[in-house]
Amino acid sequence: MRYIEPHAHMVSRTTDDYERLHLAGCRIVCEPAFWAGFDRSSAAGFRDYFDQITRFEPKRAAAYGIAHYAWICLNPKEAEDLALAREVLSLIPDFLDRPSVLGIGEIGLNKNSRNELAIFHEHLDLAVHHRQLILVHTPHLEDKRKGTQLILDAIREHPDLAPERVLIDHVEEHTVRLALDRGHWAGITLYPTSKCSAARAIDMLDVHGHERLWLNSACDWGVSDPLAVPQAMREMRRRGRSEADIATITWQNPARFLSQSPRFHLPE
Amino acid sequence: MDKPQVTDLYFMDARSRLIELAATLDRLHRASGETDFRWHCLMDCLPILQDTAPEKTARILERMSDPTTAPIPAAGEKGACGVWPGYRRDHT
Repeated sequence: MRYIEPHAHMVSRTTDDYERLHLAGCRIVCEPAFWAGFDRSSAAGFRDYFDQITRFEPKRAAAYGIAHYAWICLNPKEAEDLALAREVLSLIPDFLDRPSVLGIGEIGLNKNSRNELAIFHEHLDLAVHHRQLILVHTPHLEDKRKGTQLILDAIREHPDLAPERVLIDHVEEHTVRLALDRGHWAGITLYPTSKCSAARAIDMLDVHGHERLWLNSACDWGVSDPLAVPQAMREMRRRGRSEADIATITWQNPARFLSQSPRFHLPE
Repeated sequence: MDKPQVTDLYFMDARSRLIELAATLDRLHRASGETDFRWHCLMDCLPILQDTAPEKTARILERMSDPTTAPIPAAGEKGACGVWPGYRRDHT
């Protein structure tokens, strides 16, 4: 069955992973800008990275029959240096017209600091000004609950942002309802140890339904699985979920959210 | 799913995870030195497994979370350690 991987950091993965993704049914990959595991020392490093995910990765994916889209931003882990962060933000408009760019992301918070929050607000302003979709990263582990609330309250301070044009990612059992109740979309991330297992993800679908939810792997340079979404699809089958249910979560829902961007196109 | 289906699909996995947790706590018991605050929080979460109320997962995640609401002055480090560092054994 075909599916969409709505959150994968393919710059950190080998070309073999593109091949395996295609064999597993993946036809579209979306790559948010993120932290590469170390802090970049200049805005030029970010410009090169934005070039990589908007020019090089689409070609690498296309060689394996996968359409590649990107989100552009400065991630919250590198937001503490306000001067550098603002220099990077000034670069972002140059990339928003590229044909594979879906919007601003993955912005958000990491340690819930004042500077992270300031830069988050500035990203939201940028998204409003350029009429972009938004993909939001919520913090890890003990910081997630507080950070999610700060993020949702910050978004509410921008009344020009339509809630259905914002996806709150990495939700877990204690944050999923917060995001959905504000009218946003929510992403459940299938990531070992620090986020969510396939079984827990499907539990959340059992409890909260299918509306405005998607699954992603967020595979990156850490211990993670690019095939986490098809693994979850298999788990749904083990529980007796219909093929239509599986398609709703792994194809139709991401397609609905992403189609709010005029640059997103489903394959023929 | 009915309860027999949940049992068929998940009992053996749950049994394995419970024994792994027990072995980890045995390992901690044998080890020297101070007990990290995160273990206190983990132990405080165990009664949630035995009570009859729903939403055990969310309640455990909440117990481990930072309960404060204001942004911190600065992000000194990037990582998270699994339990809010302000957690104390008498945290309720």
